[in-house]
Amino acid sequence: MTAQATDAPQQALASYNFAYLDEQTKRMIRRAILKGIAIPGYQVPFASREMPMPYGWGTGGVQVTAAIIGPDDVLKVIDQGADDTTNAVSIRAFFAKTAGVATTTATPDATIIQTRHRIPETPLKAGQVLVYQVPIPEPLRFLEPRETETRKMHALEEYGLMHVKLYEDIARNGRIATTYAYPVKVEGRYVMDPSPTPKFDNPKMHQSEALQLFGAGREKRIYAIPPHTDVVSLDFEDHPFEIQHFEEPCALCGAEQVYLDEVVLDDKGGRMFVCSDTHHCESRRAEGHRGALLGDEPVFGTTPVGDKEPAI
Amino acid sequence: MAHTPASTTIYEGGFVDPVGASQTGFRALMDAMARPGSIHVLPDVTAPPAPLTASAAALIATLADADTPVWLDPALTKTVAVRDWIVFHTGAPITAHQSEAAFAVVAAPEKLSALNGFALGTQEFPDRSTSVILQVATLTEGVALMLEGPGINGRASLAPDPLPQHFAAQWMANRQAFPRGIDLILAAPGAVAALPRSTRLTRSEA
Repeated sequence: MTAQATDAPQQALASYNFAYLDEQTKRMIRRAILKGIAIPGYQVPFASREMPMPYGWGTGGVQVTAAIIGPDDVLKVIDQGADDTTNAVSIRAFFAKTAGVATTTATPDATIIQTRHRIPETPLKAGQVLVYQVPIPEPLRFLEPRETETRKMHALEEYGLMHVKLYEDIARNGRIATTYAYPVKVEGRYVMDPSPTPKFDNPKMHQSEALQLFGAGREKRIYAIPPHTDVVSLDFEDHPFEIQHFEEPCALCGAEQVYLDEVVLDDKGGRMFVCSDTHHCESRRAEGHRGALLGDEPVFGTTPVGDKEPAI
Repeated sequence: MAHTPASTTIYEGGFVDPVGASQTGFRALMDAMARPGSIHVLPDVTAPPAPLTASAAALIATLADADTPVWLDPALTKTVAVRDWIVFHTGAPITAHQSEAAFAVVAAPEKLSALNGFALGTQEFPDRSTSVILQVATLTEGVALMLEGPGINGRASLAPDPLPQHFAAQWMANRQAFPRGIDLILAAPGAVAALPRSTRLTRSEA
């Protein structure tokens, strides 16, 4: 203790515990994670803490990551598929600083991937953990605002209202118009909000090799999908679940069957569609794939793919 | 001081590196829970008084604290040092009632009569249930259990021994109460496996 006190002025960072959270908080979160895994799709209440970032910036995901991460883990953080946005960069830096862990942008190198609303295009493998940042964990919340009621609906497996909502979509639009946060049923029991991922990613949750953990900081809920678990998107026999389809391939790497973002190029209606998953796009370009709009000089991604970021 | 404690062993044998050891222990347990039937290494980093084993002690020290009442089976309550060790190292209250326990530690699984005496949670809050840590001698040399369910690719097997009496029937009853039910944590020497309530036992077909 004495050494710590004398060293204090030279320390760049106050003496936080490993991965920021105190041990009692980690234990509480760890217990919630174990229950979540044992009851796939069930939302376990937990005593969410204030984090050094506002609610809505991934405090739930950060707490889950902090409770599971160890010094040997390699962390990747994505925000809408991108490794290079403010949220992703900040959370990577946060754990590099408070836990001293290695970080990466390469999906295959990561042991823990924290995500805000995308699942990487590269298939996940056994041993990886995908941590979702969840804003509103209750799929029934916009249909029934009372927590006491939604809890009872889950207890009684009373999910008719959700099918009514999807039916109303069909009645109004001729098809199920829900495109993100598309409700799923986990292992035939709990209806779950997959967080606002595009429904394009729903099939990747089904029988995934990786463990999927969900943390909602403001709403104080943790839930989980173990590997090899049935995750079925709700639908009707005559209106089966469908994912989005894109008419053209990625304009930079030419990838098909991936989720694309629209980028507006000018004010005359010019636009391009590019991979939402930046690592996937960059590694394809490094392999020599070229999209229609890829210039001769690399537009993005001057950093070599898969380069480890130094711990700060 | 006039009074000397009967044994000083209760103050020793805890985690030397609590932050690292509990993270390692938890990840092993989390992986075991996420993939029922899989066996994960649990380093021997505690030295608790017998008959509490190092594996069970590491798990209880990783998971329990003042918020989680712990129940001990008769084999463990016989030794005051075990109870004192857990209280000193975790701060957890010891409860005499199975149905109040967040965790239970069982040194003699073969003498455990009923699994449904533990807290099973409620239909609204199935997480308010007991996680039962069974001290087993082996995870591979007992009678093989064939497992199916979430976390298992097709089928898995696990052969822990000893197990509670009429285990197959008891586990079927536990599975039928889903989402209520207990989760089993199997603490073997140097290793951990788990049977979450979502796991189904199937008859083994050779």
